[in-house]
Amino acid sequence: MPKDDGIGASVKRREDNRFLTGNGRYTDDINLRGQAYVHFLRSDVAHGRIKAIDSSAAGSMPGVLKVFTSADFASAGGIPCGWQVTDRHGQPMQEPKHPILAEGKVRHVGDPIAAVVAETYEQARDAAEAIEVDIEDLEPVIDMKAALAEGAPKVHDDLSSNLCYDWGFVEENKDAVNAAFGNAAHVVSLELTNNRLVANPMEPRVAVGDYDPWGDMHTLYTTSQNPHVIRLLMGAFVLSIPEHKLRVVAPDVGGGFGSKIYHYAEEAFCTHAAKVLKRPVKWTSSRSEAFISDAHGRDHKTKIELALDADHNFTAIRTETYANMGAYLSTFAPSIPTWLHGTLMAGNYKTPLIYVNVKAVFTNTVPVDAYRGAGRPEATFQLERLIDKAARQLGVDPIELRRRNFIQPDQFPYQTPVAVVYDTGNYDATLDKMLELADYASFDKRAEESKARGKLRGFGIAHYIEACGIAPSNLVGQLGARAGLYESATIRVNATGSISVYTGSHSHGQGHETTFAQVVAEMIGVDADSIHIHHGDTSNTPMGMGTYGSRSLAVGGSAIVKATNKVIDKARKIAAHLLEAAPEDIELKDGKFSVAGTDKSVDWSGVTLAAYVPHNYPLEDLEPGLEETAFYDPSNFTYPAGAYGCEIELDPETGKIDILRFVAADDFGNVVNPMIVEGQVHGGLAQGIGQALLENCVYDENGQLLSGSYMDYAMPRADDFRGFVVDHSCNTPCTHNPLGVKGCGEAGAIGSPPAVVNAAIDALHRAGHTHITHIDMPLTPSRVWSAMNR
Amino acid sequence: MHAFEFVKPSSIADAVKALASGEAIPLSGGQTLIPSMKARLNAPEVLVSLTGIAEMKGVCRDGDVLVVGAATTHAEVARAAAGDFPGLAGLAGKIGDPAVRSRGTIGGSLANNDPSACYPAAALGTGARIVTDRREIAADDFFQGMFTTALKEGEVITSVRLPIPEASAYAKFLQPASRFALTGVFVAKYAAGVRVAVTGASEGGVFRWAEAEAALSSDFDSEALSGLSVAAEGMISDLHGTPEYRAHLVRVMTRRAVAAAS
Ligand SMILES: Cc1cc2nc3c(=O)[nH]c(=O)nc-3n(C[C@H](O)[C@H](O)[C@H](O)COP(=O)(O)OP(=O)(O)OC[C@H]3O[C@@H](n4cnc5c(N)ncnc54)[C@H](O)[C@@H]3O)c2cc1C
Repeated sequence: MPKDDGIGASVKRREDNRFLTGNGRYTDDINLRGQAYVHFLRSDVAHGRIKAIDSSAAGSMPGVLKVFTSADFASAGGIPCGWQVTDRHGQPMQEPKHPILAEGKVRHVGDPIAAVVAETYEQARDAAEAIEVDIEDLEPVIDMKAALAEGAPKVHDDLSSNLCYDWGFVEENKDAVNAAFGNAAHVVSLELTNNRLVANPMEPRVAVGDYDPWGDMHTLYTTSQNPHVIRLLMGAFVLSIPEHKLRVVAPDVGGGFGSKIYHYAEEAFCTHAAKVLKRPVKWTSSRSEAFISDAHGRDHKTKIELALDADHNFTAIRTETYANMGAYLSTFAPSIPTWLHGTLMAGNYKTPLIYVNVKAVFTNTVPVDAYRGAGRPEATFQLERLIDKAARQLGVDPIELRRRNFIQPDQFPYQTPVAVVYDTGNYDATLDKMLELADYASFDKRAEESKARGKLRGFGIAHYIEACGIAPSNLVGQLGARAGLYESATIRVNATGSISVYTGSHSHGQGHETTFAQVVAEMIGVDADSIHIHHGDTSNTPMGMGTYGSRSLAVGGSAIVKATNKVIDKARKIAAHLLEAAPEDIELKDGKFSVAGTDKSVDWSGVTLAAYVPHNYPLEDLEPGLEETAFYDPSNFTYPAGAYGCEIELDPETGKIDILRFVAADDFGNVVNPMIVEGQVHGGLAQGIGQALLENCVYDENGQLLSGSYMDYAMPRADDFRGFVVDHSCNTPCTHNPLGVKGCGEAGAIGSPPAVVNAAIDALHRAGHTHITHIDMPLTPSRVWSAMNR
Repeated sequence: MHAFEFVKPSSIADAVKALASGEAIPLSGGQTLIPSMKARLNAPEVLVSLTGIAEMKGVCRDGDVLVVGAATTHAEVARAAAGDFPGLAGLAGKIGDPAVRSRGTIGGSLANNDPSACYPAAALGTGARIVTDRREIAADDFFQGMFTTALKEGEVITSVRLPIPEASAYAKFLQPASRFALTGVFVAKYAAGVRVAVTGASEGGVFRWAEAEAALSSDFDSEALSGLSVAAEGMISDLHGTPEYRAHLVRVMTRRAVAAAS
């Protein structure tokens, strides 16, 4: 009988008890004795030279402890970038310094110029207003193409231009790709923008720095998706604090979506200031501040072309993308438009030749980095929009065009022309499932019914693939990663049999505390309630690379499996001793060890007690205790894939689009907790549909953020969505990790934007607006109406 | 937020006295004022709360006029006006969210005169009279452009007198981010004629659409509007809509308001 709290069970999330009752412990809930508060004075111009900072008046205001400027960080390093991309010519990317506080120049609205630490938050703010900064305005560069023009003002004076890198992938294929376009029977091209987004987790960023002079011990409490990475980057590169003197704690974190992966200047500031002032120093971002200091996402401008032969087989794809880096390189920024984007340009299709060119550009805007999906939504959007356009241009069914070009189940493992090898998949299966759940067969009838009410109905499909569980370390090292991408786990079995699991995968909405316990409960056969998952504190969890890229279960979960297997192996030996049998003859079932073919058995707690009270114990062969650590470094990415179908109704009078139904048929491999997976997909869909219809981060030509609050940045609300149907029954388990899992966190945000836009174009074409081949996201009512009335 | 003093008088007379200093401003529901103070865009020395003044609260009928106390919340109007003036109740019930409606007030909304706010359309669309501590101001004279009204310094709106129409409705097209009105139209039909007031669309703030009023006064049917249009010139241009789009929405929302009212 399957366990009701093991693998495959929709166990309710145990962490929700504290979250839903308001008892989560977030960073802002941490208030240390003697704590002081910092407020950052941030630039209100996009580009300027700092001629003078006069903080004398501010420094003597009530409650002020100290006003910091860049001079106070002369011995500190810059905020490091964790990935070095090599350009088309074999040269490393241009990598500017990212100071903790602006040095000489401000480079975006929100760039911190000075920081006031005071007894209270309001005193710090008051004093910040009294700092006099003399800034000479410089002409900002906002538009990426303008930033690359001859003679454009430079964001960084010491770089040769605003070009971070010009990347070609696969550079050796370029000529062959061009030749394929020369021989093509059809060529379809599309220019589009992948709109810039602000992650907007519910919890804004917070940092509390603390210093214990007696032990020379630093502690940073921070809203992070990966506290170990912050410890590594900040300790080694910024503040020169060795790991054993630096503890980083990320307690409950209220959402990240990528924006809390990175090491931010405010973290280094609070850690350093706590030592200087011998007081804990706390920073809590306001929502307004989050808009101008959290890393943004997406922001690509792309031209993509598809070559087809006379039978509509895809023969080549060629893309040219401008990717906005913002003013500085955020931790993983360079890798997003390259290795997480170019490698996915094959999609689910057997296109033999692909060339991806990406120009990463510095502009006077907030740094841009990974946001849910990170590079893969950009790849999927262009490809799936282009295929839809191709189908229309060629007069064929977009579903059939996809099917004709799908990689077939018998072709796995499949080597794509863009480096990655897909291990497994069945794309027709997910597409069939989606069409069935969407009741596509009777769509025309529903379209007629809408028409009778004066509305336009449309159906859009998209198929996606993503590369998750980012790894293996030796490969990503070759690609420029400056860190390994394994994960680790420690399983500490306690004397009475309860189990403490320590994982490097931080949880901030993913439900690890529930899912990971299910995995261990299943393997050992004990109650999940006897297992507790610890994460988020570098002082008691093993080295972890963090939670992003849908990697937690695939990589972190695999480390847990490995460590649990080690525990079981040892426990088996102890049981064999207790039962006076050979370890090979010992079976573990439902938390009980027995000698095969006999009724001799000892239960789990009997073994664990023996491990810690080793009176009757093979001390000469085995150490006492039952605790194991494992590191898992995957041999490949995992490749979740799926078919998404979106049915919309468009009001032709106002241009407003309503989502009527959204079907997601995903292949996530094996599923540990179906309810949590469904929730992850819902969240991803909300963000993907948000990008498609609502969200847009917009700068004016002076670099002022026009969408700097919820008055103008349209966050999706619950009533913007309805009719989500999520299925994950068509699964092809991952072939190279022990759980056979692929990852589900980003899929919704990757597959949904093209499905929504394809549905809108479908509705418009059905109503005769055939001149509209594309509308850039977000498809706001005004944009749709303007396209219809051009 | 900067430090400030807070007083909570219980009569209009005391409120006016407290406001006479020149450094004080009224605080009603605080749904506009408090966020602007938190953002340090506004730093009054003294806040004079109006929400403890019983004579400024509540909804009552005075013949053909609905009298709404200036400190009456949107939620209260949505509830109390539902019988006598469903068009107004419908408008109030769609402002913001439940939290905003439980605090925000009609007086605060009119005094603020946000170009995208809903109540100005109802006040202008009914030809309401804005009653202050010292006079009555006709809605036609009260709204003087974005965030600008006829109120003098220290003048407090105490109530709003809205003539009850035979039929009325408010059609609001939501600005996707704020969910204020991207364009909202209030239509009210009286024996003497029809009034049409438009909010959210114009750079000049809430305005009356005279041609539509004339057409609807002779035939209160959405068909009567066909052929009519407003110029895009002078309409707001922002992230959420072009002037042409807003001009178009004025027509669409007027038609929808008429259809809903009739
Ligand atoms: C999330 C959110 C959504 C919203 N959505 C909408 C919407 O959809 N439609 C809409 O119309 N509004 C919307 N609002 C605004 C809301 O209706 C406010 O309540 C209203 O604008 C101000 O009313 P208040 O009572 O809160 O005024 P306050 O914020 O207290 O005051 C606003 C201004 O008016 C002055 N004032 C207040 N009362 C008086 C008075 N009696 N006499 C003279 N001056 C006075 C104050 O000094 C201040 O300058 C929204 C607000 C929020 C926060």
